Amino acid sequence: MMIRFTLNGTAVALETPGSKRVLDLLRDECGLTGTKEGCGKGECGACTILLDGRVANACLLLACQADGHEIVTIEGLEHAGQLAPIQQAFVDEGAVQCGFCIPGMVLAAHALLAGQPQPTDDEIKRGLAGNLCRCTGYRKIIAAVRRTAQAGNA
Amino acid sequence: MRYVGEALALVAAATLAQARAAAAAVVVQYEELPALFDMAAARQPGAPQLYKENNIFKELHITRGDPAAAFAHCAAVVAHTYRTPPQEHAYLETQGMLAVPQPGGVMQLYGSMQCPFYVRDGVAAVLGSTLGATQITQTSTGGAFGGKEDVPSLPAAHAALLAWRTRRPVRLIYERDEDIICTSKRHAAVIRSKYGADRDGLLRAVEIEYLVDGGAYATLSPIVLFRGVVHAAGPYRCPNVRVDGYAVATNHVPAGAFRGFGSPQVLFAAERQMDELARQLKLDPVELRRRNLLRAGDATITGQTLHASVGATDTLDTALAYVREHPLAPPPANAPHLKYGRGLSTIYYGVGLGVGGEYLARTGATIQINHDGSVVFAVGTTEIGQGMKTVLAQIVAEALGVPFASVEMLPTDTTRVPDSGPTVASRATTMSGNALLHAAGQLRERLNAVAAEVLGRAPLQISLHHGQIFADGAPAALSFAQLLHECAVRRVSLSAQGWHHPRPLKYDWQTGQGDTYVVFSFATNIAEVLVDERTGATTVLRVTAAHDVGKAISPAGVEGQIEGGTLQGIGYALTEEIVQANGVIRNPHFSTYIIPTACDMPELVPLIVEHPFPDGPFGAKGFGEQPLMGVAPAIANAVCNALSISQYELPLTPERVWAALHSA
Repeated sequence: MMIRFTLNGTAVALETPGSKRVLDLLRDECGLTGTKEGCGKGECGACTILLDGRVANACLLLACQADGHEIVTIEGLEHAGQLAPIQQAFVDEGAVQCGFCIPGMVLAAHALLAGQPQPTDDEIKRGLAGNLCRCTGYRKIIAAVRRTAQAGNA
Repeated sequence: MRYVGEALALVAAATLAQARAAAAAVVVQYEELPALFDMAAARQPGAPQLYKENNIFKELHITRGDPAAAFAHCAAVVAHTYRTPPQEHAYLETQGMLAVPQPGGVMQLYGSMQCPFYVRDGVAAVLGSTLGATQITQTSTGGAFGGKEDVPSLPAAHAALLAWRTRRPVRLIYERDEDIICTSKRHAAVIRSKYGADRDGLLRAVEIEYLVDGGAYATLSPIVLFRGVVHAAGPYRCPNVRVDGYAVATNHVPAGAFRGFGSPQVLFAAERQMDELARQLKLDPVELRRRNLLRAGDATITGQTLHASVGATDTLDTALAYVREHPLAPPPANAPHLKYGRGLSTIYYGVGLGVGGEYLARTGATIQINHDGSVVFAVGTTEIGQGMKTVLAQIVAEALGVPFASVEMLPTDTTRVPDSGPTVASRATTMSGNALLHAAGQLRERLNAVAAEVLGRAPLQISLHHGQIFADGAPAALSFAQLLHECAVRRVSLSAQGWHHPRPLKYDWQTGQGDTYVVFSFATNIAEVLVDERTGATTVLRVTAAHDVGKAISPAGVEGQIEGGTLQGIGYALTEEIVQANGVIRNPHFSTYIIPTACDMPELVPLIVEHPFPDGPFGAKGFGEQPLMGVAPAIANAVCNALSISQYELPLTPERVWAALHSA
């Protein structure tokens, strides 16, 4: 079926089976490999995207569910070669180790701050609890979110 | 077939759907043979023999003094049996390989891995081709923790076989449940431990039997067992020791490398034993450790004298000082069922492959300075999220005297540098770092000679810092760009190869006496917990972790390793356990195998202690595995402290803690 959606601010129309996972659509047909597959079951958050501004697991979404909606992936967060403040904060805090969970983690943090610009540490933890990281211990990730919130420019 | 999850057939197809359909069409007829899923059963007389004899892959022994006689003179003796579960690595990126046949018969592989040279040797052996016709390139690797040490050779060989057969590129990526079912785990273990001390709390005798479930193939079990027996009694002096280690064959998925490599199991037992001993002696657990900790000049249980870089006591003091100066708020007064407990562990880690893997203990490196001043280097070890790339670029920049930003690491590839061994055993910083220093030293000699000639000085008068040239400490009238031009005019090569191997170790495999590792790192963890005595559920409030790393080349990277390793240790302590029934893994998903989330993160306090290692780059010694190793015993000791109970088994699930509380 023909799927029409907005991808990182650009209108897209793709002929694709409606049952294809959005994860595969993004990676294989749109060439956006920043969205990762960690479990394929909605348990790890590595494939987190923003669907109409809210976090969603791209491995649990079918292409037909994207029709008419707005998707932002990690590739859509930077503007004109400039990292978004939350991305820069991850770099500055040293919050990245292997990096595999980071695209999803950054988008989850971005959505959290959009809805709650001044979160408490507990709110940050709850906001990121759907995104597993096995490397960092989360401390520097949480610090990056806090730093972005304090700078007030999520 | 020796375990559930072993490959029986390989299927390649143009689409995933076709491949699944073809695989489903394979009909297997099984004839069931007797199987073993229990180490004790495997050692019984009359047990089915999985291999030729006795179901033991490897046994290792350490004998020092006469423990049997010494126990008779001890004021306190504690003997307990400890059990630890199989642990899953849970790297976020599953195993994955891409095999691409190249013109001229070369098989090129790209993939997620720790050890490209292992993959190269494995693929070449399976294809019957030469090492020269097998090229392995590591791609960005989404976590490893030991799970991508030997295991990637299997998917690589499978993908390569299919690519060889079809003459087309083949991509093979495991799904999460396949990855958990088919790949290695931390060895499940049983540790029988007897400790004896005199009235002053000095350890006089230790006897340990260490059994690990190796699973269906030996793979890394012999060397995992070696690290386990060497670390079995912790970082303490003891004149009378017997350690007997056995790696047992069963029909479980093969166990292998996982951060700590056979030591977290024995250190859990060792540090619980120290607390049990302290309780019996009515001594403060801190004081008991302080009296026994290794200091410079002391010998380990294998009789290895530690000469330098022995920061054990310093880590203890550093962690204790932090906790003393930053007391936690008391538990809420309206919740008397929440019991506060504090526990500690002091551990050590032999850095590098040690005498058990000495034949692999060498590394190569190359550095090239381009005429625009950019610098590239290549090593045979891999970046797997631990931060090696940053540390090595710092080392190159410092050693060459060029800006950090001008230095780039090339992807690790088996055709760029000679076989450099595996990226394991916390060895990348020291091994690749030293090989790079060797290469950089050659380049500096050449640069200094040319600069000296141009400036009319002696080479020893020249120095270079951050791309600026100095003569006798004063800025010279020669820019780095001009120096590179002068080198080009003279046709001086600005490319160099480095090589490093540590000093040889002497060890007697019969007695288990001698030198095991070139240097040890040390750590003290203090865990503070609240345990709900109604449910047995444990909340970790804070982990204060002080690590002697020799020299922290990248302090932020060291902190990151401590934080991440600590959380893996919290998982090992409280929730993580691969559950097997008749050889079938029952929890191969993140919804049933529970690793810590952000909500499970306590206050983490990473503290860096530096006792420089004279043979390490800028004093550094490896430590990447150590952050996981001491966390579970510290938490277990804290839980026992909170409820005045004893626990001998991981993980400390609410059920186990509740049962211990109600059996007492």
